[in-house]
Amino acid sequence: MSLRIVVCVKYVPDATGDRHFAEDLTVDRDDVDGLLSELDEYAVEQALQIKEAADDAEITVLTVGPEDANDALRKALSMGADKGVHVEDDDLHGTDAVGTSLVLAKAIEKTGYDLVVCGMASTDGTMGVLPAMLAERLGVPQVTQLSEVSVEDGVVKGRRDGDTATEQLEASLPAVVSVTDQSGEARYPSFKGIMAAKKKPVESLELDDLDIDADEVGLEGAWTKVEDATERPARTAGTIVKDEGEGAKQLAEFLAGQKFI
Amino acid sequence: MAEVLVFVDHVDGAVRKPTLELLTLARRIGDPVAVSLGNGAADTASALAEHGAVKVLTADAPEFGEYLVAPKVDALQAAYEAVSPAAVLLPSSAEGKEIGARLAVRIGSGIITDAVDLEAGDEGPVATQSVFAASFTTKSRVSKGTPVITVKPNSAPVEPAAAAGTVEALAVTVADSSKGTKVVSRTPRESTGRPDLTEAAIVVSGGRGVNGAENFPVIEALADSLGAAVGASRAAVDAGWYPHTNQVGQTGKSVSPQLYIAAGISGAIQHRAGMQTSKTIVAINKDEEAPIFDLVDYGVVGDLFNVVPALTDEVKTRKG
Ligand SMILES: Cc1cc2nc3c(=O)[nH]c(=O)nc-3n(C[C@H](O)[C@H](O)[C@H](O)COP(=O)(O)OP(=O)(O)OC[C@H]3O[C@@H](n4cnc5c(N)ncnc54)[C@H](O)[C@@H]3O)c2cc1C
Ligand SMILES: Nc1ncnc2c1ncn2[C@@H]1O[C@H](COP(=O)(O)O)[C@@H](O)[C@H]1O
Repeated sequence: MSLRIVVCVKYVPDATGDRHFAEDLTVDRDDVDGLLSELDEYAVEQALQIKEAADDAEITVLTVGPEDANDALRKALSMGADKGVHVEDDDLHGTDAVGTSLVLAKAIEKTGYDLVVCGMASTDGTMGVLPAMLAERLGVPQVTQLSEVSVEDGVVKGRRDGDTATEQLEASLPAVVSVTDQSGEARYPSFKGIMAAKKKPVESLELDDLDIDADEVGLEGAWTKVEDATERPARTAGTIVKDEGEGAKQLAEFLAGQKFI
Repeated sequence: MAEVLVFVDHVDGAVRKPTLELLTLARRIGDPVAVSLGNGAADTASALAEHGAVKVLTADAPEFGEYLVAPKVDALQAAYEAVSPAAVLLPSSAEGKEIGARLAVRIGSGIITDAVDLEAGDEGPVATQSVFAASFTTKSRVSKGTPVITVKPNSAPVEPAAAAGTVEALAVTVADSSKGTKVVSRTPRESTGRPDLTEAAIVVSGGRGVNGAENFPVIEALADSLGAAVGASRAAVDAGWYPHTNQVGQTGKSVSPQLYIAAGISGAIQHRAGMQTSKTIVAINKDEEAPIFDLVDYGVVGDLFNVVPALTDEVKTRKG
């Protein structure tokens, strides 16, 4: 039977742009260009490699986000994923991590899955919690933060490089996986891939389709509340010297003045 | 006073510094009750008591080491049910965040990750976070359920505060569904003898400008003269010059030392995300246009192969 892979991809504001907050203290997604989170490209890449190693597999890319999030799906489809699912609903505006995990879990169940692949963290929220939440909600093993991953005979294996140790992990499918940016460069979409992506199917789902009440999600339903967001004052201009033989001495002088030496 | 659960990060009974910082923050909200799991759990008690833990709940079962994350969630949930705390605090490590995330879903609570400060508030603890590569500071709180909050290392001072630290065994039943991910093998990381990157007071980092693994000893020598940890940019890590565990930035470690020295690093947004909150920032770069100079308290435009070794000598001389 076909291996059903669902890759969760997020549409995020470009990190090199001028990211800021909207008036309601949600992330402003209108004024800054968005794109497929770079860290989710690694998830798409590993899913593609797993598919290439399998006899028969199908990759669905899933996103929860505004209309423009479709761009993230198209990018993933142009890399080689087979079809897309876009959960889009006005009531989702302001949903936090716990709420997003609810929506993703329901959409994953509706789509059908053997393997869920996520990125290590989104580049805007940088929480790195969604994959664990999905495993919890779906009631399947979490095999997360992998720098190496493979699937064989219904078993997923991977290497997790932690703070204090490197671990080899193993779980039976179905399972939720997340991969780090150490897992291997993501491929660029080919021209052929970009053309093919335009014809690939993308299913649109609303909260009703997932049996989720509007008050379980959104800004009002959120489990957390941002009360204040202030721009960090620019660092006051420091001293900059050109090294003409004395640079190290001058720097040492500075460090001594600050009591570091 | 209300109790606050503190999840203990330790290695075979040796409590890691971020946990002691958590105790400082926990005391602002209530009475800290520590939850210590796995091999050596009971040995953590005295250090925890010296830093304010009124109680230490311990459990050791082979499952904590044999399976990933989920058994620890079962244990923390058992502690949560036994104590009914005002908040649950965990260190912002990959594991800490994942345990917190699953607990939050289980108990129907909101979660805040990577707090850099914590204050008691009328409607529960208020967490400060540093977001968008540290260009914004936010204050948030959990609005549903018991706040679950993970805190970054170096967010609070370690403060001795003697408390009872009464050790109690925590009864934990690890569910079969929590034994899904087997830890087939675990290879502890070899100690370099240098301070831990996230805990160090001084960090010296090298980037693409270091130009080869064979040149990293130049960075290490300066670090050793200052008693500092060694960091690296992703460019240096990707090139294979330095281990990924030393990477500073968005997808590496986030550091907030008293002094950060960047040598041969341009200062890309993803690198800044991991070091921008450092107290004092110093850069050595031969390109005066490098964006890192926008951040510095002191910058030297010059060749790092001249400046860094000479600085190492200066430091050694001055330290005597
Ligand atoms: C999703 C994502 C996540 C990322 N995560 C991280 C992360 O966690 N950490 C990170 O660091 N990067 C990260 N990056 C990469 C980041 O964008 C930059 O590519 C990287 O930080 C560049 O490293 P660098 O400054 O060492 O190299 P470069 O940008 O190439 O800069 C090298 C600098 O060295 C200087 N130099 C060269 N020779 C000398 C010399 N002899 N003496 C003095 N100066 C010299 C040059 O003038 C230059 O400024 C990430 C990127 C993405 C897309
Ligand atoms: N809105 C979303 N839509 C689809 N996938 C998401 C979404 N948010 C997070 N994810 C997935 O969860 C991972 C971790 O995200 P986070 O916990 O938000 O840092 C990301 O790399 C994605 O794979």
